[in-house]
Amino acid sequence: MDSIGFGAAWLQYALGGITVGAIYALVAIGYNIIYNVTEIINFAQGEFVMLGGLFAVFFHETCGFPMLPAFLAAVAAVALTGLILERYVIRKARHATVLSMIIITIAFSILLKGGAMLVWGRDPYRLPAFSGSGSILWNGVAIQPQALWVLAVSGTIVACLTIFFQRSVYGKAMLACADNPAAARLVGIPVRTMIFLSFMLSAAIGAAAGVAITPITLMEYDRGALLGLKGFGAAVLGGLGQFFGALVAGLLLGLAESFCAGYVSSGYKDAVALVLLLLALFFKPEGLFGSKEAAGLKRF
Amino acid sequence: MSPRKLVPIGVFAAFMAAFPWIVAPFESVSHYTDVMVFAGIFCLVTIGLSLLMGFAGQISLAQAAFFGIGAYVSAILTGRFGWNPWAAMPAGAVVCAAVAWIVGVPALRLKGHYLAMATLGFGVIVHIILNEEVEWTGGPSGMVDIPGLSIAGTPLLSETAWYYLVWTFVAAALLFSYHVLHSRVGRALRAIHEEEKAAEAMGVPVASYKVQVFVYSAVLASLAGSLYTHYVTFLTPSSFDLMWSIRFVLMVVVGGMQSLWGALLGTVFLTFVGNEWLQVFADFEVLVYGAILLLVVLWVPQGLVVWMQERLRLRRAADLSRSE
Amino acid sequence: MVSFDARSKDPILTLQDVHMRFGGVTALKGIHYQVPRGIVQSIIGPNGAGKTTLLNCISGVLHPSEGVISFLGRSVESEPPHRIAALGMSRTFQHVALFPRMSVLENVMVGRHVRTRSGFWAVGLRTPTMRREEAAIGREAKAWLDFVGLADAAHLEAGALPLGKQKILEIARALATDPALLLLDEPAGGLNARETEELGELIQRIQARGITVILVEHDMNLVMSVSERILVLYYGQPLASGAPDEIKEDPQVIQAYLGDEWAPEEGKPIMNGRF
Repeated sequence: MDSIGFGAAWLQYALGGITVGAIYALVAIGYNIIYNVTEIINFAQGEFVMLGGLFAVFFHETCGFPMLPAFLAAVAAVALTGLILERYVIRKARHATVLSMIIITIAFSILLKGGAMLVWGRDPYRLPAFSGSGSILWNGVAIQPQALWVLAVSGTIVACLTIFFQRSVYGKAMLACADNPAAARLVGIPVRTMIFLSFMLSAAIGAAAGVAITPITLMEYDRGALLGLKGFGAAVLGGLGQFFGALVAGLLLGLAESFCAGYVSSGYKDAVALVLLLLALFFKPEGLFGSKEAAGLKRF
Repeated sequence: MSPRKLVPIGVFAAFMAAFPWIVAPFESVSHYTDVMVFAGIFCLVTIGLSLLMGFAGQISLAQAAFFGIGAYVSAILTGRFGWNPWAAMPAGAVVCAAVAWIVGVPALRLKGHYLAMATLGFGVIVHIILNEEVEWTGGPSGMVDIPGLSIAGTPLLSETAWYYLVWTFVAAALLFSYHVLHSRVGRALRAIHEEEKAAEAMGVPVASYKVQVFVYSAVLASLAGSLYTHYVTFLTPSSFDLMWSIRFVLMVVVGGMQSLWGALLGTVFLTFVGNEWLQVFADFEVLVYGAILLLVVLWVPQGLVVWMQERLRLRRAADLSRSE
Repeated sequence: MVSFDARSKDPILTLQDVHMRFGGVTALKGIHYQVPRGIVQSIIGPNGAGKTTLLNCISGVLHPSEGVISFLGRSVESEPPHRIAALGMSRTFQHVALFPRMSVLENVMVGRHVRTRSGFWAVGLRTPTMRREEAAIGREAKAWLDFVGLADAAHLEAGALPLGKQKILEIARALATDPALLLLDEPAGGLNARETEELGELIQRIQARGITVILVEHDMNLVMSVSERILVLYYGQPLASGAPDEIKEDPQVIQAYLGDEWAPEEGKPIMNGRF
């Protein structure tokens, strides 16, 4: 490692930061999709990521699927979990108070965590990289091809979502539900379907993030809470409900964390995102890109 | 308190006082006294949380952190600096109160989801600190050989002695909290929960009250942590992680958020579930907690104790109308 | 802009150039006004004229974008509602905002909060001072329930009362704070004719106790029968101010109500009943 100079180390940390940052951004986008349609913060969002990774391990290693079908099957399985959450839990509790709703999604999250522990045990699982296991050396920086895959998956998801929300009828309908559910119902948008769709979509995005990151970080049953919390940090920092903000904030959090691990203390790297989350909540709850006035209208 | 209410409370108190003597003769349940010591310690946490969640309507997912701060301050002051445990206990409470105040002032301006996430984030940060400050806390492997408690020079060794000590604390906390609830402060807290803007218009300093009750809940959690430390005499950070904060919320919710008795019974029930009945299925534990929590919030959102009270009241009303 | 120099020797409330903007919308456009002590002052105007916004600014729920509000000689435009309540101002809400799961008596007891002192320690330990205070709170709350005629309902859940009684309970709770100035936001909304009449009598009895009342109301019969002075707001500005008889005759007011810029709600005549 002598050959890695200061500049190269810096680049190395930045690359690592962007990779995990992309994952946080995807988790944050998952929060935003559900929040935008229902004004619910889904505390089980992080568990979707965990489940995505573990399901991919299951389909690839246990069932012997090739990588791409395993990826898709994992995403589908977690989307189904999101569907169950909406259909059998959220819908049943739709008149609950905010406090109850928080407790309900927390309960669902530990249910998923407990289920994962029962099925997969407490050990971390590995998943082979999507392509090639060696690192590419570039300007003294070792690049794992999987990091590029993470960025590619994130980029694709963000691009697809942008098109979905701006162009497709369904996407526009979903945004309308967020704006004003009563009015959306009046103009004939099936609000129930949209809520349902938002949970599935958000679960699927979380799962994709989970599958993509597992070859780099491994995956185990209790990783969901921290991933969820950091992703929420990105969502708040970027302004709750804003996709572009979530993307930028996710990358920022990833970079902050990576540089802290590199230059300050690796033990406290997990605390960095959380401290930033608290600072954002305490001093700028509308986010870096949100307006105070718009935030005032939201129901937290 | 009306005499009609005093009778069941008297019966309950007598049962609690006799409990160690009731279970002692039976081999298979004699260790229930030990379980009840833990239940009592957790009750201190959940009584405070019940005031905060059930009455003031503010969620906290950081109670395990305050529990941990109390435990570690006690352990460090007694183990490292040779303090008397009875002096370390209030010191831990003061530290906890200060931390709760510093976190609470900005956090309690937030509502609902944001408050939940803020307390959750704070709890995880404390847990990371407990793991990382190896020099002080022993890191993940924890601390051992923490001194026990003694009263008037006599060390508290038996579980029965601990049982009475801990439940005396619980009784005091319960009485104090009961008095708070049945006073101008308690009415103000409930008013904040029900209609914040009207409470404020009636002159209730909403922000200040939220912080006060948050600090109170943190102080109770800290005392519980100190007692826990001296009872088990070793600590690891895993007793103070996020899952424990969720467990405390669960204990309050299962019994009934809007009732101190609910918090008490929910805590005792879930302590037995966790320490006793689920030991055989250690891997099921998290799953079972999730399931209980979900079932209760979906089907009996008011909690089991309040639900039973309502049923009793309904039946009594039905009996009355029939007899008329 | 019309401005009224209704100066009195001893104003309880003075508004100077009060503006309130929400984003691009200006709800209040520079209000100058004084309310003399001891009167019943009504504020009327069509929906969206800014009446509730003005009450919210006065009571501290909103802070005006510009201008000075002084209450009993102190400027309060940036004070939070609970401090303003402590200074002696209380209010009711357009949409009933009781504490529904507390008893009727407890609701009024919350009103005594601002006039009592015992803190967290004192109430937890039940100090003798605290016990005396609690007893006094109970007595005074009962007295206010008597005053408004809800003593029989003292132990019912507030949320279980019919709307008319809930509105009265809100007034009792506000009175329990010992206000010098009471703001009533559409107290007759949802009340039937008999209840409205009783409300009018109640307002007069409140005034007789030396409490200044500001009444925002759509029910013209009530406004005309109890007010000494009426302020007409129109698109966030004062249009006219004066005694009920003057307001009824004011050509500007009539023009505003009958002019094509504004259609009376539900097509009812303005000066006769609700508008």
